[in-house]
Amino acid sequence: MYNFDFVKPASVEDAVAALGGDEAQPLSGGMTLLPSMKQRLNAPATLVSLTGIDALKGVCRDGDMLVIGAATPHAVVARDAAADYPALAELAGQIGDPMVRNRGTIGGSLANNDPSACYPSAALASGATIVTDKREIAADDFFQGMFATALDEGEIITSVRFPIPQKAAYAKFAQPASRFALTGAFVAQYANGVRVAITGASENGVFRWSEAEAALSSNFSADALAGLAASADQMIGDLHGTPEYRAHLVGVMTRRAVAAAH
Amino acid sequence: MTKVTLTVNGRSMSGQAEGRTLLSSFLREELGLTGTHVGCDTSQCGACVVHMDGQAVKSCTVLAQDVDGASVTTIEGMANADGSLGTIQQAFQDHHGLQCGFCTPGMVMASAALLAENPKPTEAEVRHYLEGNICRCTGYHNIVKAVMAASGQDAGGAVAAE
Ligand SMILES: Cc1cc2nc3c(=O)[nH]c(=O)nc-3n(C[C@H](O)[C@H](O)[C@H](O)COP(=O)(O)OP(=O)(O)OC[C@H]3O[C@@H](n4cnc5c(N)ncnc54)[C@H](O)[C@@H]3O)c2cc1C
Ligand code: FES
Ligand code: FES
Repeated sequence: MYNFDFVKPASVEDAVAALGGDEAQPLSGGMTLLPSMKQRLNAPATLVSLTGIDALKGVCRDGDMLVIGAATPHAVVARDAAADYPALAELAGQIGDPMVRNRGTIGGSLANNDPSACYPSAALASGATIVTDKREIAADDFFQGMFATALDEGEIITSVRFPIPQKAAYAKFAQPASRFALTGAFVAQYANGVRVAITGASENGVFRWSEAEAALSSNFSADALAGLAASADQMIGDLHGTPEYRAHLVGVMTRRAVAAAH
Repeated sequence: MTKVTLTVNGRSMSGQAEGRTLLSSFLREELGLTGTHVGCDTSQCGACVVHMDGQAVKSCTVLAQDVDGASVTTIEGMANADGSLGTIQQAFQDHHGLQCGFCTPGMVMASAALLAENPKPTEAEVRHYLEGNICRCTGYHNIVKAVMAASGQDAGGAVAAE
């Protein structure tokens, strides 16, 4: 990895100021960024660590919302979101392995928007709000295709606000070597309808499966999905699975998530 | 270069780190603690696991400067005060939980983190917890036995991999 200047501010303001420099980039858990820098896919001149900013950490309930600081590690979400939003806690507890969960953070995962990452599906299915240092972005507008988001250069996620659903679950078919989702479905039921978000499957990254949402909004049961099939068009095809296989998994994982919803 | 000070296995130790210096390189090359192994250097294998402020982390994916001031336990800190093997290490030896031994420092550190969280894990919990630690020799079976034994449970009951 090429060398860089390292800074570790204690406040969001100082971090934003440091990110105004040339080729500066935020570092959160580093579980994605450091491996990509080792491969020289990425070579920032300055890394601005977010791990020393207490205001970016923690899980707290705010009315019917669960608010998670961007630099909160997966292991903390798995523990501290369990009472208020169990499906979200379970998703966090299935990411990677214990060491990845101790460092990797929700903000890093959402900012990276890996097409096979778990958290984007929870944010999209929950209709979460991504809060940054300068604005609030609805999940529906935040994810803009593989590894692309609405974030501007130097803008950092500070927290994520999840409306707490009546029932929800995440069902992940893990790629056994990487443990990322070969396909994962997050299903969340709210008073005004059901939202279904699929990760791991599409070349355009996380997406809402609107046909399933319509079917489940009138009848929240796995049977309501009988006969519904996702199209293989624009699904990812690689050595782990064909587009057709992933399209099939979309249906299977969504049904499993509905059956498991609690 | 910046000075980084850590409490390593209970002792305060300092060294110089560049921005890009990894905790694994810092421990091995600056502090001379070569028990922490680097297998993949891509965050996959777990050979480099150490405890940082009580939590297991992959030290090849942590920047030394980012954890200045932290308390770190490495495999060198796992032996008893008299130099004899600690409980988990002894169980690995007794149950043949290692062959070449390359993965062992990470396996022992991950197992110690598991037992600190969950002193009497089931065999399935042991296998699940060690998902991020890869062993190319043992087939995991004897590692699982060793961890079960180290937790004071009957290791004989361990059955072949699921
Ligand atoms: C072995 C392994 C297994 C994994 N398995 C899974 C899995 O099963 N499911 C899954 O979803 N993920 C998995 N991951 C990825 C893991 O969850 C990462 O932690 C996560 O994707 C990135 O989070 P991070 O905090 O480490 O971010 P970093 O690596 O620090 O940063 C990632 C990117 O986000 C940017 N960034 C970080 N924080 C912010 C912020 N607050 N605002 C704006 N930009 C920011 C960085 O500049 C960088 O571009 C795995 C990783 C590894 C190494
Ligand atoms: S050397 Fe760190 S995970 Fe392999
Ligand atoms: S004992 Fe050789 S890699 Fe595990």
